[in-house]
Amino acid sequence: MIHFENVDIAFGGRPKSELLSMLDGGAANGEIRARTGAIIGARDVNFSVGKGDICVLMGLSGSGKSTVLRAVNRLNRVTRGRVWVGEGEDRVNIASCSESTLRRMRMNRLATVFQQASLMPWLTVAQNAAFGLQLKGLPREKCLQTAREKLAMVQLAEWEDCYPDQLSGGMQQRVGLARAFATDANILLMDEPFSALDPLIRQELQSELLALQKSVHKTVLFVSHDLDEALTLGNRIAIMQAGRIVQFGRPEEIVLQPATEYIARFVAHINPLNVLRAKSLMLPLEKLPLENGARILYPGCRLKVDAGGALENSGGGEGLQTTPAVVAPHLPMRELTGLLRDHDTPLVVVAGGKVLGIIRRQDICNALAPLNRNVH
Amino acid sequence: MNALTSWLTDNKLPIGPYIETFFEWLRVRLETLFDLFSEGLAGLIELSVAGLLWVPPLVTAAAVTAAAFLFQRSWKLAVFCMAAAILVLNQGYWEETMWTLAVILWATVLCMLMGVPLGILCAHRPAVYGALRPVLDLMQTLPTFVYLIPTLTLFGLGVVPGLISTVIFAIPAVIRLTYLGVSNVPRPLVEVGQSYGATRWQLLRRVEIPHAIPSVMAGMTQCIMLSLSMVVIAALVGTDGLGVPVVRALNTVDVAKGFEAGLSIVLLAIILDRLCKKRAARKRP
Repeated sequence: MIHFENVDIAFGGRPKSELLSMLDGGAANGEIRARTGAIIGARDVNFSVGKGDICVLMGLSGSGKSTVLRAVNRLNRVTRGRVWVGEGEDRVNIASCSESTLRRMRMNRLATVFQQASLMPWLTVAQNAAFGLQLKGLPREKCLQTAREKLAMVQLAEWEDCYPDQLSGGMQQRVGLARAFATDANILLMDEPFSALDPLIRQELQSELLALQKSVHKTVLFVSHDLDEALTLGNRIAIMQAGRIVQFGRPEEIVLQPATEYIARFVAHINPLNVLRAKSLMLPLEKLPLENGARILYPGCRLKVDAGGALENSGGGEGLQTTPAVVAPHLPMRELTGLLRDHDTPLVVVAGGKVLGIIRRQDICNALAPLNRNVH
Repeated sequence: MNALTSWLTDNKLPIGPYIETFFEWLRVRLETLFDLFSEGLAGLIELSVAGLLWVPPLVTAAAVTAAAFLFQRSWKLAVFCMAAAILVLNQGYWEETMWTLAVILWATVLCMLMGVPLGILCAHRPAVYGALRPVLDLMQTLPTFVYLIPTLTLFGLGVVPGLISTVIFAIPAVIRLTYLGVSNVPRPLVEVGQSYGATRWQLLRRVEIPHAIPSVMAGMTQCIMLSLSMVVIAALVGTDGLGVPVVRALNTVDVAKGFEAGLSIVLLAIILDRLCKKRAARKRP
């Protein structure tokens, strides 16, 4: 739905030819600035966000994540490259489309949620939520009705006649969300929407967003400086540094295989409980001891597993045989720790009737320990 | 040294005569236009005054009182308005007060009609504001009497030169405060408008103007107060109203009359100011 192709974004900078050749030559941002006066926002950015994905742009302030997000609705002009929005016949290069096309895209396809909810203080909550619709020139009553429906979605139905300054920060942000949902745009651009909120409210809104996403299926590009937030929300994460994307991948890839020292330092501080899942924590089947063509899950286990991983009950229990707890491969670490507390035996990871591996208490410890290896 | 001084004084630059020539040229060239404008404006004001005087004074007083209560929800202010109106009537300055009211209201209308669009233009085009700013400074610092003279030659004696001078004096406040209100719209609010596909015009109508309203209203209140401060000066060129008895009292050293008329101006000023002020707290559901 969103596709960045060799995008460079520079603010200012003359002459442009020199700026571009310096970008091509791989000069450092500071060097380019000294020579041409350009501030580099993003360079050589390439990535795609698929339909229904939540992609999080993660980085410290000044890393260019907001710059990239704002290029999607052309609040920032792209210096070079293409920003495709939409699919197939429908797709538009935002970087070079006409004003009227841009306006059509902004009105119907893209909706933005800003860091400060940016509500109009002179409008009521319902009028604010209807703002995008009113720009389309729809009849007033119809706009307000849709706005009320979306406010109900974010649990603000009884606040619709209040003014923004009567709402808490978290509630204001929900109004911003309702405003974005109201236009029925299928792409949501979220520029650090929860960063200014206190941690509990932030978590609440994060899980609310995830719950809503299950029913609305938007394509979301989300900017955050908080890796925990990125890992909670995103199914794709792009980590940015000095205007470049230094790693793009699934949350687990970022955590388990950080591409650079810089990312490893970030990862060292995250809370892995929500990120790591059974599949990446387990001791895989191949590493279990083989005996008479069957894998031994652990001593005294009632289940027998053939070399391919198919389960069979060994039957005829003698001695201390136990039935292990079986878990699905996508179960998060948070649940696994609970199960391991309650079971003395390892957990068995099973998918489609086949055993993939086991998780012992020490696997959990191993997963936590190496994360801290790079901390100084 | 002395020689230089006397050379300087002997060779006076003809700034005054130049400006006089310019206004004379303007008068001769555009006499019919100025006359037409002058007569139209005078007719408009006289009509308004006739309307205001046609209503019985006590009805007007009651209307002002009702307006005070409706706009500001304050019993104290309503009672004050009633008492003030009756006092003015009692002192025998009702007709003059209505004249002054009409002149001020028209001056304010003209200032708003010209000042608000100019202020918005200034906010959008910094170059225009850069060019206009010295002119605005000049309009506010040049002593009023100075531009009273050319307006007199262009528009003749009467209510119009007074009105024009009032507008010149009061319009900078409207322009400046409108400019301030529009140019201070927080960047994020503008971006919200843009990101939802607002056109220039929609941005102006739905974001910039609503945000500027409190500032524009402050400009209007200031404009009314500045217009009131011009009442006596306007009377010098023949504008009817509360300025006339003040000027007459000055010429005849009549302390009593001066204070009576002055009190009426003050009361009118307080009523207008309180009526236009934004209510302190918004009604909360």
